[in-house]
Amino acid sequence: MAVLEHGAAGWFAELKSFGINLLWHPSVSEETGDEVLDILARVESGETPLDILCIEGSILRGPHGTGKFNRMSGTGRTLLDISRSLAARADYCVAVGSCAAYGGIPAGDPDPTDACGLHYDGAEPGGALGRDYRSASGLPVINVSGCAPHPGWMMETFQALAMGDLAADDLDALGRPKFFAAHLAHHGCSRNEFYEFKASARVLSERGCMMEHLGCKATQAIGDCNQRAWNGGGSCTHAGFACISCTAPNFENTRNFHVTPKVAGIPVGLPLDMPKAWFMTLAALSKSATPERVRKNAEADRIVENPRRGK
Amino acid sequence: MTRLIVGPFNRVEGDLELTLDIAEGRVAQARVATTLYRGFEQILVGRLAADALTIAPRICGICSLSQSMAAAAALRGISGVQPPPNGVLAANIAHAAENIADHLTHFYLFFMPDFARASYAGEGWFAPVAARFTAVSGAAAQEVLPARARLLHVMGLIAGKWPHSLAIQPGGVTRALDLGEKMRLIAILSDFRAFLERSLFAAPLEQVAAIATPEQLADFSQGQGDFAAFLRVAESLRLETLGAVALPLISFGAYHSAQGALFPAGLFDPGASEARPLPIGAIGEDVAFSYMRDSAADPARSVTQPDADRENAYSWAKAPRLSGEPAETGAVARQAVAGDPLIRALIAQAGGTNVFVRVVARVIEIARLALAAEGWAREIRLKESFSEHGPAPLHGESIGMVEAARGALGHWLSVEKGVIQRYQIVAPTTWNFSPRDARGVPGPLEQALVGVDVGAAGAKAPVIQHVVRSFDPCMVCTAH
Repeated sequence: MAVLEHGAAGWFAELKSFGINLLWHPSVSEETGDEVLDILARVESGETPLDILCIEGSILRGPHGTGKFNRMSGTGRTLLDISRSLAARADYCVAVGSCAAYGGIPAGDPDPTDACGLHYDGAEPGGALGRDYRSASGLPVINVSGCAPHPGWMMETFQALAMGDLAADDLDALGRPKFFAAHLAHHGCSRNEFYEFKASARVLSERGCMMEHLGCKATQAIGDCNQRAWNGGGSCTHAGFACISCTAPNFENTRNFHVTPKVAGIPVGLPLDMPKAWFMTLAALSKSATPERVRKNAEADRIVENPRRGK
Repeated sequence: MTRLIVGPFNRVEGDLELTLDIAEGRVAQARVATTLYRGFEQILVGRLAADALTIAPRICGICSLSQSMAAAAALRGISGVQPPPNGVLAANIAHAAENIADHLTHFYLFFMPDFARASYAGEGWFAPVAARFTAVSGAAAQEVLPARARLLHVMGLIAGKWPHSLAIQPGGVTRALDLGEKMRLIAILSDFRAFLERSLFAAPLEQVAAIATPEQLADFSQGQGDFAAFLRVAESLRLETLGAVALPLISFGAYHSAQGALFPAGLFDPGASEARPLPIGAIGEDVAFSYMRDSAADPARSVTQPDADRENAYSWAKAPRLSGEPAETGAVARQAVAGDPLIRALIAQAGGTNVFVRVVARVIEIARLALAAEGWAREIRLKESFSEHGPAPLHGESIGMVEAARGALGHWLSVEKGVIQRYQIVAPTTWNFSPRDARGVPGPLEQALVGVDVGAAGAKAPVIQHVVRSFDPCMVCTAH
């Protein structure tokens, strides 16, 4: 449903302008009941070509491998079965959201429904379709992960597919389109100056960097979240709460989302590809050089000290 | 007797299946099934209390912020922290934006497209309605989606993003707005008012909110907007006779402030003249026909254990009951409890609720909430705090109660040593689309479908679609 927020002219208009015809969408299409079953039957028989199959939601394999935790209404069949059948017919297969990509929240401990993604079970290739699955185009499942994913990530993926512009090397190692997955959520964060000087927020609502104390994973999480606007101009870190790395497999099994795990006072999860010793050295150095303005503002819910020329 | 299975059910949120027994062209018996179970209550147990704010909202992509409000209220009930006025105002504005967006989506994208179906082509009103409301391609959708997206810019300012934000905390909201942002907030709400006054109502919001009698509503139906178009279709098809039930109407209350709640909690009996206090302790969940093992009825005591093989079970939803009886919830209940004179008069006229009054209540509420949100935005005092910080919830029990767009939403929470021991969620559509209970009493939709004339169309009869969608079901919340 987040995709309904996409596009200045509205999502329907944008689909049309890219020549994308919605065969069926459970929330917006007119067809219901038997009419839907007819559409599905025609796709399964090969009569109606299926260019892009988009699946939202975890694939539930339980109980006991039956898939009965998610039966498709109006049929005796499970979504597990229908997903496999449709995926075999699709030119491209897109997992929309971290649930369909990797399992997501339903796969959270104790994983009551044996949930997985279409092509992954957590970070392990496999999932509902099996590791060797390729859609008719030869591509693996395209994982537009995120909980929820940005409307632009979804729509730009569909548009690129419609234009034949997305190839295997446009995906990262976990099947995510690089146009958003080659960035870190940290890039462009409005708290950047606080990060640079290791000036940290102690509680939610303070303006400082949330990495040291408040569980923020933006330096490890993929996503161009702070380079494009969410709902006209927001983002998680901009709104004052930590990035929980919702684009990553297994994000759901974090405990204490808003507390940074530490060993001997040092955060466990340091920036993705930075040598630890270097990070510690730079952090110590930048802490000692923190301007008074940055130190004060980091621990306030609003700017209390304005930028001005030093003495 | 013929048995019809209706599904997949489109233009509702989530997975719904109906089983209808038809005798002489009418529904003799209905069974409503939720066909998806994900286990959120099981996943929440054993986690630190504050993690409920991350997990619980992800039940649903359209009621996510309401789930945040309920989780925050439950945690607040244990920790005792109280948000400052700005925190309450900002959360109310975001909550209202979600509620309005959901009502708008329902009216334009879920409900009205059924009147643009070919089976109505012979009606005098058909041509303009089809041009305006046909699913995906109708003219209205092209206006509504940009207006809805613009309204949800409220979330960018207050919640960071929508759905699934962590901005709503027990002590308030995580971001203090600055002067420019307050102005942007007011501008967004002004833009949205312009859309409503141009397209949905073709009249000032104040005029809509002042409609107090069925006669005034009939006058309004002569106007130009989309709501007036619905009123004319409703009159022609006599939607006030369709999907009728006379059950207790419940609201958990929402939009609290120092002056009280904009929509207070309570119980309204369709035959009564006044609302009564809601006996919260009388709420229980029955699982006689659910794929669940038996447990305590009281949500504060029950444990969720799925059982796909339970005999006689037909839904993953439990059956919430108030003093052992089904109850209806949603905008119609909220407005009846709150004392809206028009909604109470329409309920009194019909002797209960029906397709017509459910939709009218929702649309009128859009006007009321848009007006309230404008007021709240102006009330924000920028020099004051937006959040308080208290201790983490360590021990105790609590109920977080709010109104989601679709009605009463409760989170029953029990915490020991900071860890969640029990977490039970009773969602609005769990009430409305509940299965039968141990006494065999059907849920509200199951009752509302009985007697509906499907004629020769059988499962394809559009009236079935109208009755179901008049409740604006959210099936993903229903069984969670």
